[in-house]
Amino acid sequence: MTTPTTLADGRTAPERSLSPAPSGWSASLRRLNALARAELILLIRNRSAIFVALVLPIVMIFSIRASLEQIDLAGTGLSVAGAALTGGIGIVLVQVVYMNLVTGYVTRREELVLKRLRTGEVTDREILISTALPSVALAVLQSVLLVVAGAIAFDLSAPKRPDLFLLGLLVGFVMMSALAAATSAVTRTVQTSQLTTLPLFFVSLFASGIFVPLDVFPDKLAAVFELLPLTGVMTLVRHGWLGGVEGGDLVTAVVAALAWTAFAVFAVRRWFRWDPRG
Amino acid sequence: MTSDDFLNDRRDGGTFPLAKAVTAETVIAVDGVRRSYKDGFEAVSGVSFSVARGELFALLGTNGAGKTSTVELLEGLALPTSGTIKVLGHDPYRERAAVRPRTGVMLQEGGFPSDLTVLETARMWSACTTGARPAGEALEMVGLTSRAKVRVKQLSGGEKRRLDLALALTSRPEVLFLDEPTTGLDAEGRRDTWDLIRALRESGTTVLLTTHYLEEAESLADRLAIMHQGQIVTAGTTAEVTAAHPARIRFTLPGGVPAAHIPLSLQAGADGQRVEIRTSTLQESLHELLGWARESGVELLGLDARSASLEEAFLQIANTQLRSRADDPRRVGPRHGSADGSTPNETKKVTA
Repeated sequence: MTTPTTLADGRTAPERSLSPAPSGWSASLRRLNALARAELILLIRNRSAIFVALVLPIVMIFSIRASLEQIDLAGTGLSVAGAALTGGIGIVLVQVVYMNLVTGYVTRREELVLKRLRTGEVTDREILISTALPSVALAVLQSVLLVVAGAIAFDLSAPKRPDLFLLGLLVGFVMMSALAAATSAVTRTVQTSQLTTLPLFFVSLFASGIFVPLDVFPDKLAAVFELLPLTGVMTLVRHGWLGGVEGGDLVTAVVAALAWTAFAVFAVRRWFRWDPRG
Repeated sequence: MTSDDFLNDRRDGGTFPLAKAVTAETVIAVDGVRRSYKDGFEAVSGVSFSVARGELFALLGTNGAGKTSTVELLEGLALPTSGTIKVLGHDPYRERAAVRPRTGVMLQEGGFPSDLTVLETARMWSACTTGARPAGEALEMVGLTSRAKVRVKQLSGGEKRRLDLALALTSRPEVLFLDEPTTGLDAEGRRDTWDLIRALRESGTTVLLTTHYLEEAESLADRLAIMHQGQIVTAGTTAEVTAAHPARIRFTLPGGVPAAHIPLSLQAGADGQRVEIRTSTLQESLHELLGWARESGVELLGLDARSASLEEAFLQIANTQLRSRADDPRRVGPRHGSADGSTPNETKKVTA
């Protein structure tokens, strides 16, 4: 084992304690950048995950189409293509962000990667965000693909209210990542994550307007479904893309989405487990 | 290039303060610390000690003694159930941002993403660290340069330990926590790591290490503490710790010679024909024993005399654990005798 000659760094202990650490944002961004680069390398090396993440939603969109053809969409103002592709974004949020990330957080925890990172200067928030980045990046890529596919193959326009569309996506990414982190706290192993993610998966698919637009349900039921985690996000995404916004629905959607996001963030701060033993 | 050159580097640069001025400063202060896990198991049952700047302090103990549970608290990974901890004058958990840039941590079992290479891992860590050593330099210090392009999952256990050590050194730490740094290393790797730890200590780094290798503690530590069932049973320099434990003589008497014939002054304990004598004056006791054996014409079979050593002290403590495991107070929920006013770091007399 050799020791290099360049070890002396000219800093003494007392000196260092006097000079404050580079503050706040710039240091935080530097660390996030370093972690994100590592995550990107890992993502590129994990071809099978990319493949599954890209292919699964496409399969799901076709099954959404199949189920929509059984339903009379006349009263909803939605075309089959419009409902299927916006539903596709919901699928991306649930599968690529939420389900992927539950596995991601659990794996990193059980492999003690989270614990090791926590011994350094990286903050808890930075660790959680950087772990979510690859999944979110894939989800962004797929959302773009869906919009492009809609324009080219299905005669859909570009998002009519891009602001609402992007807001929906953004809140969706944050909420799904936070709910994933919260779910990981009650998930002991990678295998059980296939079980613990099911409730949100089914509830979102069938009651948040992904597979079936909410207008199809009786009014009272629909009113309850509007309070589910992903419903608000779906409303924003669907109306942002296809238009037809109504002020009141929109406020409900934004409030519900933000409330669930806030709850998820609170749950993570309160219950997240960093250590298999903890 | 040897570790000595590394020392000289630091000295020539005049970058570390004079030893005298420094030794007075307490860098790690642990006071009455307890740690219970969610299931009610109390892993640390009232531990107190302090480590001065530049000191190398070793926590010894059998598996499950509470070493790692203690060190994790010092590293700021969890809050103690009660008691206070200061590292460099700060609470390592609540004032994390103030402490982390100045400490280096090597966990007993560290995790790294298995699909990153060694160099990528070190680079990531370096970029996340204030005033960091370049990744290449950290790897060179632990002798991993030739493995830089290898994926972490392909490293041997020993190489993973060395990568972990490289990351711990990345922050040029003032205080270094090493949790069993040489477990899984071969003899050569262990010696290299020892040299490196010595060099760091010489350059003024405060080191707290846990180990179950007595040789490691004996050859590296300025002071050490032996943990047992969540408490510090013995603490001090190696000389102090060993002095507290008597030397021992063992032999087997031939059939027909009862142990009762041994002079009473030797205070021998017998198990059938096997005899053990504990003594603080080994030479005198041995002299007396051999004199008696000669006069009585008794042949002492398998005669074995050992002066007090760290190993003996440690084994005596470990043995008491085996005997009292069933009634380990930590296994029956909250301790009953914890509030009896006894100081937790009190040196206890351990009888084997």
